[in-house]
Amino acid sequence: MNDHHRQDRGDDAPPATSKQRDDALDEVAGGAVEPKGDSLTGRTVTINRPRAEVYAYWRDFATLPTFMDNVERVDRIDEKRSHWVVKAPAGRTVEWDSVITEEREGETIAWASTEGADVPNSGRIDFRDAPGGRGTQVTATIVYDPPAGAVGKLIAKIFQREPAIQARRDLRRFKQLMETGEIATAARTRKQFEEEA
Amino acid sequence: MRALTWHGKHDVRVETVDDPEILNPRDAIIRVTSTAICGSDLHLYDGYIPTMRKGDILGHEFMGEVVETGSGSTLEKGQRVVVPFTIACGGCFHCSKHQYSACDNGNPADNQDIAMELYGQPMSGLFGYSHMTGGYAGGQAEYVRVPFSDVGPIVVPDGIDDDEVLFLSDILPTGWMAAENAQIEPGDTVAIWGCGPVGLFAVQSAMLMGAERVIAIDHFPRRLELARRFGAETINFEETRTYEALMEMTGGIGPDAVIDAVGLEAHGFFVDNVIDQIKASTFLGTDRTHAIRQAIVACRKGGRVSMPAVYGGMVDKFPLGALMEKGLTLKTGQTHVQHYMPGLLSAVMEGKIDTTFLISHRLPLERAPDGYRMFHDDQDEVTKVVLKPGMH
Ligand SMILES: NC(=O)c1ccc[n+]([C@@H]2O[C@H](COP(=O)([O-])OP(=O)(O)OC[C@H]3O[C@@H](n4cnc5c(N)ncnc54)[C@H](O)[C@@H]3O)[C@@H](O)[C@H]2O)c1
Ligand SMILES: [Zn+2]
Ligand SMILES: [Zn+2]
Repeated sequence: MNDHHRQDRGDDAPPATSKQRDDALDEVAGGAVEPKGDSLTGRTVTINRPRAEVYAYWRDFATLPTFMDNVERVDRIDEKRSHWVVKAPAGRTVEWDSVITEEREGETIAWASTEGADVPNSGRIDFRDAPGGRGTQVTATIVYDPPAGAVGKLIAKIFQREPAIQARRDLRRFKQLMETGEIATAARTRKQFEEEA
Repeated sequence: MRALTWHGKHDVRVETVDDPEILNPRDAIIRVTSTAICGSDLHLYDGYIPTMRKGDILGHEFMGEVVETGSGSTLEKGQRVVVPFTIACGGCFHCSKHQYSACDNGNPADNQDIAMELYGQPMSGLFGYSHMTGGYAGGQAEYVRVPFSDVGPIVVPDGIDDDEVLFLSDILPTGWMAAENAQIEPGDTVAIWGCGPVGLFAVQSAMLMGAERVIAIDHFPRRLELARRFGAETINFEETRTYEALMEMTGGIGPDAVIDAVGLEAHGFFVDNVIDQIKASTFLGTDRTHAIRQAIVACRKGGRVSMPAVYGGMVDKFPLGALMEKGLTLKTGQTHVQHYMPGLLSAVMEGKIDTTFLISHRLPLERAPDGYRMFHDDQDEVTKVVLKPGMH
């Protein structure tokens, strides 16, 4: 289990929790992720639903914007490739094509952006049965390259501003959707709801 | 609609705001018929709770009539419901264990970060209680949007008065869970700090659970009198040395179980809170009380400590040694309201629990600011204020 987590380090903890950023990146590289960049973020969430169902929802990339706040849309190009449009500050968007580099039904989806991506990135989502019949553990590991330059700085803001928090929030929304069929909102009126979105 | 909004310390107003709307399939809209001001609301009124914003609608104890339902709601228009103050989804691991106040999904994703930092994991959402617990609009209003309406609200039959069932929303289950957490055994003596609504329902619950003696502690004569009405013996901590009295009253053993129903605004409690805002507004002395410390020290060896009282951050000089050396058990938490509602509704309908004794004042919603002031300024006289949006 989780062979990619265990390389030379002395424990069984996931690479994203390592105190040594470089080691962690090496380790991810040693696994199925081809690291595109030097920023790493990883998060695990337990979802009280069967693994097949959770995997199937994620594998349909077009539905990801439902719970990923920054993602405007994901267009399917073919079985392996998709086109991503992601919100950036000041009403801009950044875009890239992404290709699936590894896929194991019900277990793993790994991807990497192709040449010319505005924000080079790669990552993997692992799905495991949670112990004790608690559903599915979903782990997201994302490596990305914050862009340089003036526009880059703006763009970097959304990605660098606590990317771990962003990943955590997205995973929570995914969990809410799977467990409750909706995404919790505290808005009172439709107007407030739309302002928040 | 009209709603009671928060604007800062000791500044609440009734204003006209937009009506709530159905936003998610499992939502329902409730027209509020009765809503209470809680001791916890006073923490907001006094400005102790961070992450409040101007214009937030308060209130987490409310009931009313279903006027609109989303496609996933199991409620029907016209039903009368009492709404739990905890917003829980019913589908996560914690909800499956009936730990509703620990629900993973009741709090919107973006609001979970603060609690994650403070407590390690986020708790459920709460109505009308700051943005850390969701930022949901509360029930001191004419209408409320109730999320997850298929698992939260309990339908009450016609013919039973609002005043009899309103407290199912919070303080009755809270008092009950406090007594349950005290793991009362036959022959037990249970000591309860605080004779507010929570403490008084804990007194009744402890009696129903078979406590042989209940000793209630407060400094308000009228509140102590109410405790006595339900069979408790009393200690007025302004007149009596509490620890000594408890030891003497229990033959030198100490109470078998102790309940702290006082909380973070305990008169004089010293709170060393991690939240700077609370720190800044807290210049209380250390002498006026120490309910939880005193409870732990008074508790008999091998006894049980139940703490329904709310704390937000760090507490200084916590008697960890006494807890360990005496082998005490500590149980606490926000109430898992949904778990207790059905059983307690039956108990109320069968007349086993008295709820209406608590209400000292009934006011129209328009007079809510007066209600806050009265409740804040005269805790002896004012035991519970119920606001009635329909009343003029
Ligand atoms: N766990 C939950 O889910 C939950 C739910 C509701 C309320 N609460 C909390 O329970 C606590 C009590 O709520 P309430 O509505 O009854 O509040 P309240 O303010 O009406 O009552 C508190 C009582 O404690 C008394 N008191 C103060 N210092 C004391 C001391 N040193 N010794 C003994 N008594 C003392 C006060 O005189 C008062 O009568 C609050 O902290 C509230 O936030 C918790
Ligand atoms: Zn309350
Ligand atoms: Zn839940």
